Amino acid sequence: MTSQFVPLALRPFQLIGRTVLGGLREIGRIATFSGRVLAACVTPVIYPREVLRQCIKIGYYSLPVVGLTAVFIGAALALNIYTGGSRFNAEQFVPNIVVLGITRELGPVLAGLMLAGRVSAGIAAEIGAMRVTEQIDALLTLSTKPERYLYAPRVIAGIATLPLLVLVADIIGVLGGWLVAVGALDFNGSLYLRNSWSFVTGNDIWSGLIKAAFFGGIISLMGCYHGDRSQGGAGGVGRAATLAVVGAAVLILAGNYILTSIFVRIGL
Amino acid sequence: MIDVSAKPILELRNVHKSFGDKRVLRGVDLAVAPGQSLVIIGGSGTGKSVTVKCALGLMTPEQGDIHFDGEPVSNRNMLDTIRRRTGMLFQGGALFDSLTVWENVSFALIYRDRVSRGEAKKRAIENLAKVRLPASAADLSPGELSGGMQKRVALARAIIAAPNLIFFDEPTTGLDPITVDAVNNLIVEQVKALGAAAVTITHDMASVRKIADEVAMLHEGRIIWRGPVTALDNSGNAHVDQFVNGRAEGPIQPAI
Repeated sequence: MTSQFVPLALRPFQLIGRTVLGGLREIGRIATFSGRVLAACVTPVIYPREVLRQCIKIGYYSLPVVGLTAVFIGAALALNIYTGGSRFNAEQFVPNIVVLGITRELGPVLAGLMLAGRVSAGIAAEIGAMRVTEQIDALLTLSTKPERYLYAPRVIAGIATLPLLVLVADIIGVLGGWLVAVGALDFNGSLYLRNSWSFVTGNDIWSGLIKAAFFGGIISLMGCYHGDRSQGGAGGVGRAATLAVVGAAVLILAGNYILTSIFVRIGL
Repeated sequence: MIDVSAKPILELRNVHKSFGDKRVLRGVDLAVAPGQSLVIIGGSGTGKSVTVKCALGLMTPEQGDIHFDGEPVSNRNMLDTIRRRTGMLFQGGALFDSLTVWENVSFALIYRDRVSRGEAKKRAIENLAKVRLPASAADLSPGELSGGMQKRVALARAIIAAPNLIFFDEPTTGLDPITVDAVNNLIVEQVKALGAAAVTITHDMASVRKIADEVAMLHEGRIIWRGPVTALDNSGNAHVDQFVNGRAEGPIQPAI
């Protein structure tokens, strides 16, 4: 309405202003929503049956995709490090760098990104469908808050299961590197494993698991938030799933940098 | 007999609700006596569902007051009281896909009233029988049921906690005429058995005549006529006449 009164030369500034204000509004909405859901995660009433159901859906059913990702990444990493290391006669460091790369960085980030696609989209689509078919209104009329019955169990399950998945990914990723090293690069199998085990520290593993817990929360929260806001039928549900995946992926990558800088600073 | 002079169980006073520039409700006044069955009729998009959602606190009106059993609905506690004492049958049933039929029916007992799952299942099966569904339906998922069966399950869910007031949002939409009549019979039977008041939204005039004690017509965001169902054919209101007789010509413009 007001745009017709804005001089042409000022239109770009109007567009920038609108975009910035829209972005700030969205951040505010996400923060408020996250605060409400996280409060519901740590205060009664919590529904253990729902939490367990979500742990199975988010954690157990994601094992194949996380395992496959980890084995191929471990294998490719070993090949790359061998090729790069051979320029400095440092091929013997393949097991050390593979285990470090997997546990500190690639395990949590790639498992997080894979789950952003599988879980975040799934949650957004499920909750979006519940929103447009009035199931969430029905929950409210039955005196049950969606943040307690729907969102908190998913966020708890995300935070609890992603570290376990990453632990599995760490093991399978190292195994992927071992397979390539032994099968194609003429490494001694037991020596490779001994080198990996003696090089990796508790801090390496813990830093990856802490990241995973954060990423699990981000994935579930993004799915719940965008699902909750979806409207307008099937198109709206599809849009919610897309936004959830994009939002979760961007936040995982940005969060990974922030967490890594904190860990480096505190020596973790 | 319904004592219409009794304190209304639900009263809406001058309720306004807009969506952006679109003013949907422009001062709705409505009262329902205990035990009374009120049917709200009106064209598509006139705000019938919005009225019910405002009454249930699913939408917040910009202006106006809502009273339940004489008390103003002004805080979360009162809203919770309303929801504990009301049931709602949604247009599409709104059954939870991830739960079985019996878990849907007894949802309020399990998650709100903390009844054991064994007891909740027993009461769910009793309520399924009230809506003429066999116990064998209890363990099915909602997706395995026909539209008519889903409406019956939704009705069983709406009545299981013995509410004082039940809302029905187009309970017979999308059903064949025989199933419509069967669902209407169940609604009348169960509402009378509970002694509850009922507020029903419908476009279906056969349902209006079967369910209603009183009829209110919503047009352009206001109640423009209200009277007993027996007066529906002689309302003296051109809008009501056009709607009841389903004519395209008249003061109401078709929504196409």
